[in-house]
Amino acid sequence: MFQYIFKRLLLMIPTLIGAAILIFFVLRLIPGDVCELRLAGSGLYADPEQIKLCRDNLGLNDPILVQFWDFIFGFLTFDMGESMWTGRAITYEIGLRFQLSLQVAVMATLVAIFIAIPLGTISAVKQNTWIDYFVRAFSIAGIAMPSFWLGIIIILGLLISTQAMFGEPWMPPIQYVSPFEDLWANLSQLIWPAVATGYRYSAVATRMTRSALLEVLREDYIRTARAKGLVEKLIINRHALKNSLLPVVTVIGIEFAFLMGGLVVTEQVFNLNGLGKLFVESVLNQDFTLTQALVMVVVTVFVFTNFLVDICYAWLDPRIRYA
Amino acid sequence: MAKLLEVEDLQTQFFTSAGVVKAVDGITYDVEEGETVAVVGESGCGKSVSALSILRLIPDPPGRVVGGHIKFMGQDLATLSDEDMRTVRGRQIAMVFQEPMTSLNPVLTIGLQITETLQQHLNLNKEEANARAVELLGKVGISDPDRRLKQYPHHLSGGMRQRVMIALALSCNPKLIIADEPTTALDVTIQAQILELMKDLTRELDVALIVITHNLGVVARYADRVNVMYAGRIIESGTAEDVYHYPRHPYTLALLRSVPRMDQPRKAKLDPVQGQPPDLTKLDKGCAFRPRCNFAIDKCTSNGPVLETIEKGHTVACWQHEKLLNALETA
Ligand SMILES: Nc1ncnc2c1ncn2[C@@H]1O[C@H](COP(=O)(O)OP(=O)(O)OP(=O)(O)O)[C@@H](O)[C@H]1O
Ligand SMILES: [Mg+2]
Repeated sequence: MFQYIFKRLLLMIPTLIGAAILIFFVLRLIPGDVCELRLAGSGLYADPEQIKLCRDNLGLNDPILVQFWDFIFGFLTFDMGESMWTGRAITYEIGLRFQLSLQVAVMATLVAIFIAIPLGTISAVKQNTWIDYFVRAFSIAGIAMPSFWLGIIIILGLLISTQAMFGEPWMPPIQYVSPFEDLWANLSQLIWPAVATGYRYSAVATRMTRSALLEVLREDYIRTARAKGLVEKLIINRHALKNSLLPVVTVIGIEFAFLMGGLVVTEQVFNLNGLGKLFVESVLNQDFTLTQALVMVVVTVFVFTNFLVDICYAWLDPRIRYA
Repeated sequence: MAKLLEVEDLQTQFFTSAGVVKAVDGITYDVEEGETVAVVGESGCGKSVSALSILRLIPDPPGRVVGGHIKFMGQDLATLSDEDMRTVRGRQIAMVFQEPMTSLNPVLTIGLQITETLQQHLNLNKEEANARAVELLGKVGISDPDRRLKQYPHHLSGGMRQRVMIALALSCNPKLIIADEPTTALDVTIQAQILELMKDLTRELDVALIVITHNLGVVARYADRVNVMYAGRIIESGTAEDVYHYPRHPYTLALLRSVPRMDQPRKAKLDPVQGQPPDLTKLDKGCAFRPRCNFAIDKCTSNGPVLETIEKGHTVACWQHEKLLNALETA
């Protein structure tokens, strides 16, 4: 088991290195320049001398391999320098937003799990009944509805229903507070985007749970469990679910990693200062250092999530654990 | 002896897109307490389906028991509620399946899979169930049972897993065990061991046994009675002695000639049953075996033979059973 974990951990290293190389060079292939944008962005004339000075200051005129080494070294020492656009420390730019995005992603994933596994299970157990049809329609609706749209509906719904109930409309708070400071304020802000995205992301997992469970229910060992006279609840929960969770865990893991970097529009709708918005801005500004750092953060989350998924596999399936 | 199980005109069908499969088409037989009954026949003749029908484990859809009665200790199993049926399964009637490799849950320990049954039926607490599980594994010849309990099925060989399945079947002291080709998936040497084990344990514990197999040779040594099935029906039934030495149905004879026998010279030629089993969706009113039968006459096409008793305890469904007797005697 320890060997398994260790091997998985080692496998993370080449992935990270590959991602670093890729993002570093791809960014430099995009035409444009952060100094030009900074100095001439508002349409003013920029002195070439000044641009050169700016590039010198940012290290953009150094040989490319030197720049690459600076980037890698910075990443390894957790010192990713300053943003080329704002000049503020990258750790400062990313820090709070990372916390927010991570929290939304975790909450949305939890919402997705709490929707997907019970609904998928019921749907499989009651295959081809109206419950099954209802669940399938519910999850299709989740895929069909963009989560920002659902977000708008949720906000409108909140406004209208609180208006009707208490006489004045209530809006989720806009300012992010850390859950360790004020859990209640924190949750009342973040639960809505988490529900909006979690519902959407539950759809695939629900269908996955349903189809995996249906398959497992045809297995010989389920027939054995029935022949032993076990109660149905035990057959489903103990014998069937554990075997059908592997593909579900995979899907949930991938979705979680996506949620970490990809919630651009939902962040807009709910007015959240998350990684998604920062990502878009940094790319538009040609802010190499910030974009690189963001990509590396997201890749690290991806790789680490994969690692957790692998651990889940081992936990669920002894054949992997003892392999 | 008292009748333990009475199967009466059991009919089980599968409703598939290719048509209605008459997997079991009106079989009748009894099992007495402590008796070993063998059900023999080619692949696809409905042996497993007839066994699963007894425990009401036919997957529905596509299958359904469409006719007949199954009485266990006088009680018609079809009338039981699902709840009551669960107290029969595993507790009164246990089953050992054909595929030891896939019949145990790969993600649960051997121990849990045995103890959960004990806890379900006998209201044992954890320690009692564990102690009983250790005892059971010892009984079926698994060494170091304490350690085995903590292991997973993939740690065990096929033969060991089948031993575990037998331990499972015995766990709640059932009255009847149905073993569906318990040795087909195993090595020949292990096959004999497992059969011996089952014979010894069922004798010792006075459990009745229905053993399903397609090897008539095996059966003769272990069974009291033999039912030979063809295309969803029993076509010959009698004591192992009768069926093995004095077969009266051409199909039984063909089956016997297809397996090596101890009582024949080594050189005797093996003769596989010619032709293919019939399509169970397209059975007519004639005898299902006639296209493959050397003794067939016109009557076999127009009228299916019914089971008739030719001696005490020996029944056969063949118009030509006397011809067969003559042919055997002159041979
Ligand atoms: N789930 C099912 N759907 C459709 N047909 C089925 C199903 N299960 C069994 N059958 C049909 O019922 C018939 C009898 O099957 P059964 O499994 O009882 O055969 P068997 O005698 O046990 O054969 P084997 O020796 O291969 O185990 C077969 O023709 C099979 O096609
Ligand atoms: Mg079978």
